[in-house]
Amino acid sequence: MNIAIPTIHYLAILPAILFLAGSVGLLFATALMGTKISTQVASLVTVITGVAVLVVTFLQWSHVANHGASTTIANAVVLDGFSVVATGIIAISLIMSTFVAHDWSIREKLTGAEFHMLALASTTGAVIMAQANDLIVIFLGLEILSIGLYVLVAFDRHRAKGQEASLKYFLLGGFASALFIYGAALVYGATGTTNLLSISYFLGSNLLLHPGLLYAGGGLLLVGFGFKVAAVPFHLWSPDVYEGAPSPVTGFMASIVKVGAFAALLRVMISALGTQLDTWRPILWAFIALSAVLGASLGLVQRNVKRMLAYSSINHTAFILLGVWAGTARGTGGALFYLMAYVPAVIGSFAVVSVVGGLGDDNHDVSAYSGLGTSSYKGLARRQPLLAGAFVVLLLSQLGAPGTTGFYAKFAVLEAAIEQNGPIIALIAIVSAAIAAFFYLRWCIVLFSSDETSTTRVAVPRSTAFVIIFSVVTTVAFGIWPGPLASLAQHAGLLFTP
Amino acid sequence: MHSSLWLSALILVPLLGAIGSLLTRKVPGRSYVVAVGASAVELALAFVVWFTYNNHITGAATYDFASRHVISAPLGLAYDVALDGISLMMVMLTAIVVLLALLGSRERRSEPAFVAWMLVLTSFTMGSFLAHDVMEFFIFFELTLIPCFFIISQWGGKERANAALKFFIYTFVGSAFLFIGILYLGFAHQHETGAALSFAYGDLATTTMSHSTAVWLFISFTIAFAVKSPIWPLHTWSPLAYAEAPTAGSIELSALLAKLGTYGLLRFAVALLPMSLETVRPYVMTFAVIGILYGAALACVTPDLKRLVAYSSLGQMGFITLGIMTGSTIATSGAVLMMFNHGIITIGFFLVIDFIQKRRGSILLKDITGLQGPAPVLAALFTVLMMASVGLPGLAGFVGEFLILLGTFGTHAWWGVFASLGVITAALYLLWLYQRVFHGEAVGDNAVITDATNHERWVLAPIVLLVVLIGVYPHIALEKITPSVQQIIEHVAPAGANK
Repeated sequence: MNIAIPTIHYLAILPAILFLAGSVGLLFATALMGTKISTQVASLVTVITGVAVLVVTFLQWSHVANHGASTTIANAVVLDGFSVVATGIIAISLIMSTFVAHDWSIREKLTGAEFHMLALASTTGAVIMAQANDLIVIFLGLEILSIGLYVLVAFDRHRAKGQEASLKYFLLGGFASALFIYGAALVYGATGTTNLLSISYFLGSNLLLHPGLLYAGGGLLLVGFGFKVAAVPFHLWSPDVYEGAPSPVTGFMASIVKVGAFAALLRVMISALGTQLDTWRPILWAFIALSAVLGASLGLVQRNVKRMLAYSSINHTAFILLGVWAGTARGTGGALFYLMAYVPAVIGSFAVVSVVGGLGDDNHDVSAYSGLGTSSYKGLARRQPLLAGAFVVLLLSQLGAPGTTGFYAKFAVLEAAIEQNGPIIALIAIVSAAIAAFFYLRWCIVLFSSDETSTTRVAVPRSTAFVIIFSVVTTVAFGIWPGPLASLAQHAGLLFTP
Repeated sequence: MHSSLWLSALILVPLLGAIGSLLTRKVPGRSYVVAVGASAVELALAFVVWFTYNNHITGAATYDFASRHVISAPLGLAYDVALDGISLMMVMLTAIVVLLALLGSRERRSEPAFVAWMLVLTSFTMGSFLAHDVMEFFIFFELTLIPCFFIISQWGGKERANAALKFFIYTFVGSAFLFIGILYLGFAHQHETGAALSFAYGDLATTTMSHSTAVWLFISFTIAFAVKSPIWPLHTWSPLAYAEAPTAGSIELSALLAKLGTYGLLRFAVALLPMSLETVRPYVMTFAVIGILYGAALACVTPDLKRLVAYSSLGQMGFITLGIMTGSTIATSGAVLMMFNHGIITIGFFLVIDFIQKRRGSILLKDITGLQGPAPVLAALFTVLMMASVGLPGLAGFVGEFLILLGTFGTHAWWGVFASLGVITAALYLLWLYQRVFHGEAVGDNAVITDATNHERWVLAPIVLLVVLIGVYPHIALEKITPSVQQIIEHVAPAGANK
């Protein structure tokens, strides 16, 4: 018997290989070495891996710029501008999260390399999703991404909430994966292939007399993705998991899952099902409207910082979906731009949450606004003006205030939606941003409140401080001068495999 | 054509001043000096621009000092500044307001953050008035919210948190409509020309569109501007915000930011969407007249001074809106002049109220009476301001109102009739106010207050002088305003069909 091995373009899959090598390397080292690997070494290995991948993305970018987009491994993996930028964002998320998690694991006495090896594994999954050009490969990435995260959510064994959140995430996530793979099977039944380009080709050259199978399959795929990106009505897990997971893990999860899942979603919707965009648009429309309005209004009643940020991220999901809804190069670029703005803002925010949370990571109450109870956030600006100021900038960016990248991110996706004649959905989204503004700003008022109840300063360890500064600087710098990011996102959108 | 560097300097100087005042925060009072210095420089720059501005440039409309730099081509963003007679008045107003507001809030001189936010706000306001790109205008317009939010929420009165949130959310929702409208217009232009996406003012002004599109766009633009101005019925945030903001904040809100609304209405809604005017004109003018009468009625019964000014402003902004919407050159020029006058008079009002509050610890009308006896100078200065606001000939307020009513009677007589009632009611509540606050016998704490100090007199003096100057010789302002207004009306009129 003769098995034909497809040619492999190693540069294309180098990021996934590096991340996996990092993870497996740490795993073996932990198992084989007599002494425990210290957190310092593990963090260093993780960050070096991340930086190495960033370097690789530069090589990939010049390759794509010179030779155009290409596919490899029998068209299952794609190397295009979009995947390169998405990989870059994922690598940056990993590096930033590692810095935050480093300080946190020392504070919580959870030392060792386990955290890093799981994070690296999840990152591998995210990168695979960003490059996948086949439904099966997307599924593979999705599972690798998720399994690591299920464990990370419960990583702090002393937190009962973490265990609960992990179980909830695992059960619902497993269910969503099952729906996704079933959807992939139905699409295969309808089109005879799982390869995204082949699906697109098939749909472009054939007229389906009975499209029911395809619709059912596509619908199930959307449900699977909707779960991963926490779009209403598949968002129910997210507040609990955001709250239960350790703060650095929440930041990590919020960023890489969004990047990976949205990269794959964009590819499925635009590459594979692009010819049928009009069929999917109403569904996406409903997702956007529901996520925008519910995310913003349920966020209003939250008294826990992490739950509030969970609802805020549901609101962000609606905006990124606008780019998918548009289904154009501008939409793809806009969604990518949004992710670039979102990642530093959300990781930075959770870095602040992580240090303010204090030992045990439990100090997340903002009920101080109502005048009851105490909160570490109340009057933070009087005690630690720089920390509070940084937090305000990150919140304003999430709000979409001009002068921050968040504004241009919303700008880019709204522009894409309006270009496709969607002023109504754009209006719904932006009005929801105004509702969300209410809870971001109320929080700012708590930070600046003068009747402080707590006088203890929270310690801001060096590497967490670095992450916070990095987030604030990028947020403001690109908020004033969005040119470079915008053209990067635009090029990435244009260098998308057809 | 003059160099655009002057305009960029107008935007940058306050920002540098803000940074400077934060850097010098360690020395008590130093940052206040830096801030006042920066705003003095700003005023000097405004004068330079005022005297070098050439209002008869041919070929480039009446815009001067123009230059355009693309910031991000894919997003269609650009830095584009230019100035015409209308912007010029607003630039002047901004520079005057910030200097006087800072001088008038001397008790905050030990708070670097406060003066820094004030300067930041000035810079963004300047940017909005100078923007010659619609999206750039929007960005500056939105940016003004942030300093405002912090000024109200940190230095305001008891209800400051609510006031700040209400103000922010209201305006943010309003500008959501504006944002969508601008994007839509930009793409309409792009589809028409096939060129790159651009929001340049000159490009968008030539976009052709269907009548219904124009009407929808006009509505979306006007919602934002009506919230900001405020125009009835979207004014409900303003009494709370005016009353709770610190004095300097109230001044910035009503003297400057309110003008962003009417300025936007004229510059963007009316001038860019002439097709819609025939349809929307009666509605907006009716809202304006309702605002005039409603504001006057509430000003009669409101219990505190700051709210009274807020409702009176609602009426005044109604007049301005009316003037802008008539489509006559006279009324529109009057409206622009009145924007300036209202700004100047409002600074005076809020400063006097602040002086009273410092002395009496209250701005409730029931607590204050008979101040004329112990404080004759304060009463005299206030009289001039009040008379100007009533519209006494020879003072600034008269010119604006007169021109607006003149133009309105020429084109829309019935609206003019009802608007004139507003003039009478304004006289009613202001004179009644004067009677209650300054006349009568001073009893209790009222009898022992001190008169205006030298500092307070010197802050109010330039306002009174300006009010008299414009009242007696309005030509100095109108010669700058009218050619630019003429330009807009000429651009709008042919599309306004059968006139």
